[in-house]
Amino acid sequence: MKEKVAAVEAKMIPIYIMGKKYDVPESLTIMKAMEYAGYKYIRGCGCRGGVCGACSTVYRRPNDYKIYTGLACQTVVEPEMYLTQLPFYPALRATYDFAELTGEPEQIFELYPELFRCVACNACTKVCPMDVEVMDYIAALKRGDIKAAAQISFDCIQCGLCASRCMGELPQYHIAQLARRLNGAYLTPRAEHLKTMVANIEAGRYTECLGKLKASDEENLKKLYTAREMEPASAGEDWTPKENTCL
Amino acid sequence: MPYPQELKELIKIVESTRAERVERKKKNEEVPFLSLDERKEMLNNHPDFKEEGRRPLKVGPSKNYRIAHEMCNLLEARSRVNPDDIDLSKIDYETDVLVIGGGGAGTAAALLAQEQGAKVIIATKLRHGDANTMMAEGGIQAATKGHKDSPYYHYLDVMGGGHFNNVPELVEKLVTEAPDVIKWLESLGCNFSKFPDGTLHTIHGGGTSRKRMHYAADITGAEMMRTIRDEARNRIADIKVIEFSPAVELLLNEKGHCAGAVLYNMETEEYFIIKAKSVVMATGGSGRLHIQGFMTTNHYGATADGIVMGYRAGVPVCFLHTVQYHPTGIVFPEQAEGILITEKFRGSGANLVNIDGQQFVNEREPRDVEAASIIKECIGRGKGIPTPTGKMGIWLDSPMIDMLSGEGTVEREFPGKFILYKRFGIDISKDPMLIYPTLHYQNGGLEFKNTGETKVPGLYVAGEVGGGIHGENRLMGNSLLDIMVFGRIAGKSATIYAREKANGSKLSLEHVVRYNKEVAEAGIEPEKVAPMLLPDYTSSSTKARQYTTRYLGTMRTFK
Repeated sequence: MKEKVAAVEAKMIPIYIMGKKYDVPESLTIMKAMEYAGYKYIRGCGCRGGVCGACSTVYRRPNDYKIYTGLACQTVVEPEMYLTQLPFYPALRATYDFAELTGEPEQIFELYPELFRCVACNACTKVCPMDVEVMDYIAALKRGDIKAAAQISFDCIQCGLCASRCMGELPQYHIAQLARRLNGAYLTPRAEHLKTMVANIEAGRYTECLGKLKASDEENLKKLYTAREMEPASAGEDWTPKENTCL
Repeated sequence: MPYPQELKELIKIVESTRAERVERKKKNEEVPFLSLDERKEMLNNHPDFKEEGRRPLKVGPSKNYRIAHEMCNLLEARSRVNPDDIDLSKIDYETDVLVIGGGGAGTAAALLAQEQGAKVIIATKLRHGDANTMMAEGGIQAATKGHKDSPYYHYLDVMGGGHFNNVPELVEKLVTEAPDVIKWLESLGCNFSKFPDGTLHTIHGGGTSRKRMHYAADITGAEMMRTIRDEARNRIADIKVIEFSPAVELLLNEKGHCAGAVLYNMETEEYFIIKAKSVVMATGGSGRLHIQGFMTTNHYGATADGIVMGYRAGVPVCFLHTVQYHPTGIVFPEQAEGILITEKFRGSGANLVNIDGQQFVNEREPRDVEAASIIKECIGRGKGIPTPTGKMGIWLDSPMIDMLSGEGTVEREFPGKFILYKRFGIDISKDPMLIYPTLHYQNGGLEFKNTGETKVPGLYVAGEVGGGIHGENRLMGNSLLDIMVFGRIAGKSATIYAREKANGSKLSLEHVVRYNKEVAEAGIEPEKVAPMLLPDYTSSSTKARQYTTRYLGTMRTFK
């Protein structure tokens, strides 16, 4: 079951990798097709699962003026496609002292004044391989709505394709990253139960219990393990165990 | 590729039993968990128990330890560089702490080292953040809800999952530091899924007694990774990142302490010497070795480089006799083969179903037991579903989730997978997914203590490259936890070492000379070279046409 690059029976189709023609099996992704053709990736390949944004690809179909984009590890080859990989696209990223920020929209405006160069052409949204509504989150930020921007941009994999097509030359994905962090740290309530637990651990509340477990032989540990009470799958947030030693 | 007609027919059988299974789920009537004895019996179906899959190591500090052939091949290989060719008096970079690996563990280590006052260099093979961390979906465990959970129960679950062989000191550190790690990530702006009042959402994972899996939709690892990477980029004055430049060998000094590394620029094929007061090894795992021919969930660079370098420098390996196969990897469509389907689908109520539409295992058994059950169902019992490419799979009945929790839940809670399948013309809120176990995690690795230190002074370990925390099997959500807990610890310890203990001035590759000699004396074929750096997916037909090329391991060189 080794990662197969070619199924014997697959139909072969011609594709153009950076202008050069290769015949590859039709069922492959662009990434596997390029490897099939003999390329070995150094740049332009990461997770191979559509979440890291390393393998942005730009392509055209025959007799079609449009530019199409996708991730090489997710997009299946098409006959006669012309493709180019964009393993790195330059974009400015602001640096900031995160602990000094408080979540005011003006902080984003100061760090990324180019935000207001957006002309709402929507090229960014059209190009996004993750179907993120890029223009909408930029619009939300222009209104000062960081929370909305954080939510809309949540699936962003920071491949940079948005920046590559932006006529206002915004680094959308960097701006979105800042918005998400501000949302997570300053605009969403912190978890109170988390603070309590950390304080309890620091105060040594579980030290003795854990000490006993650490000193247990395997047999005793197995006994405790088997007897431990299971929280039912359908239990609500308020469920409490019957046995409350070591809580 | 959407489901062909043959599979659509088989899906009808799944649909015919779905309503009844949903009803049982609502009533909490579950397939009973296996007893410890039954688990043991079931594990005979697991790849770890195939003796022909491994052999004893011929060289190094863990000589005679029986581990996978693919791992032996790397540990029995000679260095990519000839130590005689390298002038160690010419130093290209100098730093306090060198972190090898730019994933979650390495980045967390760099942040903590910087906070302790160290100048840091991160050397990474691909881009900063290209790592399995980015791909982790389901969540991160931590006992944060004191009314029902505590590190005590977390500890018990970890030990049970690992077959009670885990190193207790490491597990203790893991579970007691866990809540603080979540708090740290929260303060850095990581968007965990929460209730409106700030209470964190938590769910079950395989082998957990309490719902303690925290998550950020179904891209938990990506959210964590992009948050801490962003933070590292803000500290650019102290944290320098060198991308596409993997370390290929550690450097020791005249006292035998770790003091840097040799880096390799994969694009210009140049080597660079980096001198450091201490080193954190955080290179991750080894899924791309495709052990026993299995497909893998791992990212492109997961080739065990850190184990190779650390082992040559004298650190023994442990727990490598077990490998984790994630129970649910995509087996169809083929373009997505090997990709992980998070355990959260099962945590949210999706059944595993065989060709007859029957549920055959409780979906929350530990991963190795779950994977073994699926393999047994397909191979032992012949109840698997044949795929168009001649493989076997089992249905993961995702549409149940919408029936249990309301329409739209699958799309909302699993946006990443929903989009992925949509591209192939499959709606996973209506049709089940076809899955099979996929190579997922390196349970073992370099031996280390709960301070991150190894047998080699000055060399620290964090994340998947280290072994012992998870014993012989890791539970879901404990890897994202492990990289943060031990990344932070290694970063701190390495800085203290750099400040207080580092001594010695002369760099040396003598350990590599000795190792190469040991390899030669063991009579091992000279064509083996490690670290691998990148897997080799060049097709044999292409290779046959490369007349002037030969392959040395995965290195392409002139004949």
